[in-house]
Amino acid sequence: MQRNLLRNWSLFLGAAVLTLPLTSWAQLTHFDIDSRMNAESHIGNITGHAKDAKGDYRRYCVVCHGELGDGNGESFPWVDPKPRNFQLGVFKCRSTPTGTLPTDEDLFDTIARGLDRSNMPQWSTFTKQQRADLVAWVKHFSPRWTNEKPGAPITIPPEPEVTPERIKAGREVYARVQCWKCHGVLGQADGPSAATLTDDLGRPIAPYNFHEGARPKCGDTDKDIYRIFMTGLDGTPMPSFADNIKPDEAWDLVFYLRTLMSQKSKEKAMARQLGLKPVDPNAPAGQQ
Amino acid sequence: MRQYSYAVVLSTVVLLCCGALLLNQNVSAAGEGKITGTVKLDGAAPHMKGIDMSKDPYCSKAHASDPGHLETYVVGASGGLANVVLYLDGYSGNPVASTAVPVFDQKNCMYVPHVLALDTTQTFKVVTSDQTAHNIHPLPNPMVNVGWNQSQPPGAPPVEKSWKNPEMIPVQCNIHPWMHGWFVVVKGPYATTDDSGNYTINNVAPGSYTVTAWQEAAGTQTQKVTVAAGGAASANFTFKAK
Repeated sequence: MQRNLLRNWSLFLGAAVLTLPLTSWAQLTHFDIDSRMNAESHIGNITGHAKDAKGDYRRYCVVCHGELGDGNGESFPWVDPKPRNFQLGVFKCRSTPTGTLPTDEDLFDTIARGLDRSNMPQWSTFTKQQRADLVAWVKHFSPRWTNEKPGAPITIPPEPEVTPERIKAGREVYARVQCWKCHGVLGQADGPSAATLTDDLGRPIAPYNFHEGARPKCGDTDKDIYRIFMTGLDGTPMPSFADNIKPDEAWDLVFYLRTLMSQKSKEKAMARQLGLKPVDPNAPAGQQ
Repeated sequence: MRQYSYAVVLSTVVLLCCGALLLNQNVSAAGEGKITGTVKLDGAAPHMKGIDMSKDPYCSKAHASDPGHLETYVVGASGGLANVVLYLDGYSGNPVASTAVPVFDQKNCMYVPHVLALDTTQTFKVVTSDQTAHNIHPLPNPMVNVGWNQSQPPGAPPVEKSWKNPEMIPVQCNIHPWMHGWFVVVKGPYATTDDSGNYTINNVAPGSYTVTAWQEAAGTQTQKVTVAAGGAASANFTFKAK
């Protein structure tokens, strides 16, 4: 009887805690977070269990992401970009549309890949099972995974052959949707709006510099680059262009972006042969 | 057995018809009243800082004869305060959102309107009238509503969205950092003050309510009113600039 009473009390308390965030940016408590300890992840035929990741999280992750997954670990003051707040369920690297939760695979890949130009290293030394468990652990911090389903991954058509025409068409897209406003006409992160960009929490943030040779944040395959501008990097100023770039044009843009990167590529060689000039922000629409 | 299922179908149809009739009556506002009033700002209108749009020639050209300025307080001739949202605190009736789809425009590198009030789940449309690229980036509390960030280059198709839960959601354009507006999501009937500070909340069922007036910088004020069947209650507010 007494145990029953206790359980009822804890249910009541749980409900109270869950309604708290609706009225303010209140922090989630241990109590609420622990209630989702049975969270799971599914990657291929591997099932990750949150409770199995507790040890790894405390050993490798907690120093930045914090005990409560709020990104407020001991190292918080010293790292920039700031560690992700898992309680909000907002992630940059997704295969899903802007405003939706990422898939388990997205988080699984991010852990192994790490995030370039941040303090998040590559955790490729973990076994797949460990990573799957950590994905479940990351999910258990946010109530969003209880209330929402991950978005449906965007459809990416097969990659076409690179041609000079496609590179030129990609340059038109770069001009039309005005990537240069932030990334600059040469992709050197010096567009007119670059200096004033802030992330969702109002902290200064720099656009990606294609010229610098750094790996793109969410992977460096052509498909990864395609995904970045068609899903947007949630939590940052980088929007989704899914409504304004057609799938075929998106490949053209990927090829053009390759010409802005410092790494050698066949796209870069073609651009040199074409004598491609940077886009002209003052040119009338469609007349690059 | 077959007769039984006919009976079920028939009664469902009858029920649906009755429901539709009832619903229809609600919409046609039999006996519903309204709340009207004026919202004013006490004292002189605060100075609104000018905006330097020189980084985007399109924007500065659009404002060549009418320099842009912040819209934190928009005060009319006789002290009327615009962009104040009025709604019924703790409203528990049916949603009253009409089928109208409010439009949030990006025009001359400003948001028109600066404040867009919405009922929960009411669909709204974000459009652009500009020949420069914007990104429309609402910043809700992720624990309350789900945010998103979409580009709108010149000629972009409208973005259609809605919000699930009541919240005052700031919206910004990262490309033009001065562009700042609000989606004010409330439950039930609402109104936004016009340039003279006047408002009318329509479709209010008879009863006692707490009217809340929200201004983005000055905060909120409340007043208790009673709406009689088919009548009009009045609630005037005066804010002090903060």
